[in-house]
Amino acid sequence: MAVCPFTPKPVARKALCLAAIVALAGAAWSGSASAGVTSAITLTLKNHRFTPAAFTVPAGQKVSVILINQDPATEEFDSHDLRLEEVVTPMGHVRFDIGPLTAGQYSFMGEFHAATAQGKVTAVQAER
Amino acid sequence: MLAAALIVFREVLEAGLIVGVVLAATEGVAGRARWVAGGIGAGVVGAGLVALFAQQLSEAFQGSGQAVFNAAILIAAVVMLTWHILWMSRHARETVRHMKSLGQELTAGETTLLAMATVVAIAVLREGSEVVLFLYGIAAFGGTNPAAMLSGGLLGLAGGAAVSFAIYRGLLAIPTSKLFAVTNGLVALLAAGMAGQAAVYLVQANLIPSLGDQVWDTSWLLRDDGLLGRALHALVGYSDRPMGVQLATWLVVLASLMAFGRKMGTLRKPPRPAT
Repeated sequence: MAVCPFTPKPVARKALCLAAIVALAGAAWSGSASAGVTSAITLTLKNHRFTPAAFTVPAGQKVSVILINQDPATEEFDSHDLRLEEVVTPMGHVRFDIGPLTAGQYSFMGEFHAATAQGKVTAVQAER
Repeated sequence: MLAAALIVFREVLEAGLIVGVVLAATEGVAGRARWVAGGIGAGVVGAGLVALFAQQLSEAFQGSGQAVFNAAILIAAVVMLTWHILWMSRHARETVRHMKSLGQELTAGETTLLAMATVVAIAVLREGSEVVLFLYGIAAFGGTNPAAMLSGGLLGLAGGAAVSFAIYRGLLAIPTSKLFAVTNGLVALLAAGMAGQAAVYLVQANLIPSLGDQVWDTSWLLRDDGLLGRALHALVGYSDRPMGVQLATWLVVLASLMAFGRKMGTLRKPPRPAT
């Protein structure tokens, strides 16, 4: 993970990473408007649909995704574009990273309910 | 029902292909049916265990648990396939002689059978855990039509078994004297593809750099998530947008295994050349 500094002790590293994730999620929650950059995205799956079904991430950065499955069914977050396959258990959750992406659109789906579980990520070049 | 069958078939296709290649590669080694069946059984049990602990697995390694786990078992499979190629380079000629003239099976092939049973178990485990979770979700929580979904799932499983059988019988059509040269090549490609895929998982887990996110893009020609693309992905490691590190790993593993396998060719010539 990009936000995790290398420290010698694995336990310390784990704790640090955890702290970093919490801090990041907090920062994303409170400061997303000011910076225009979101570093953690929470996706919810309910009735085999993603919420949000479309979201934007900064290009060239790794972004952490937390997928919460509120359906009583197994799903596989599957994206050919993002080169990802992550299984999420019924009522379970999973965390994974996407990117760094070049600017553009990337689609993803829930492979087991592809008729409804469809979504899109747009990577945009940061302005400045 | 057909939708469920297709979902399950897509998942088991890769394992089915690998089992077929393993069956052909161990042709003529005594007791291999028992070992391969044992490998499938162990894989199914393992798939159940992985499915049971899926949530905990996801959370391991700072959330990279699935990727790290997949990389680890793929690397284990590559080691086993390498073992098989080394074993074959010593015993292929003996095996062929037994099969051709004596009509007997080669005994004392236990070491490579253990390696190949492990490969089968890993292949079944990897793909099977998703099938177990998918079917479990239906069985435990129902859905629009659980009975039809479950029978669809079983149909998909049968399809995977049919793929194993078809590729095995297809490979047996190769003349015995050339069979192991072909299966060694296939096993080397299988191992190279798995090693490349392991590298991709390690990149996803942030453990190694990607060395270029996509070296080329051939998704316009053949996507690697369609049925044919998946089959080629399993058999030769095809990827429509390979990462740099994936391509490098693929090349290094394939070249090394081909070099190992070549030892077989430098041994003395068979008494009666097949040509």
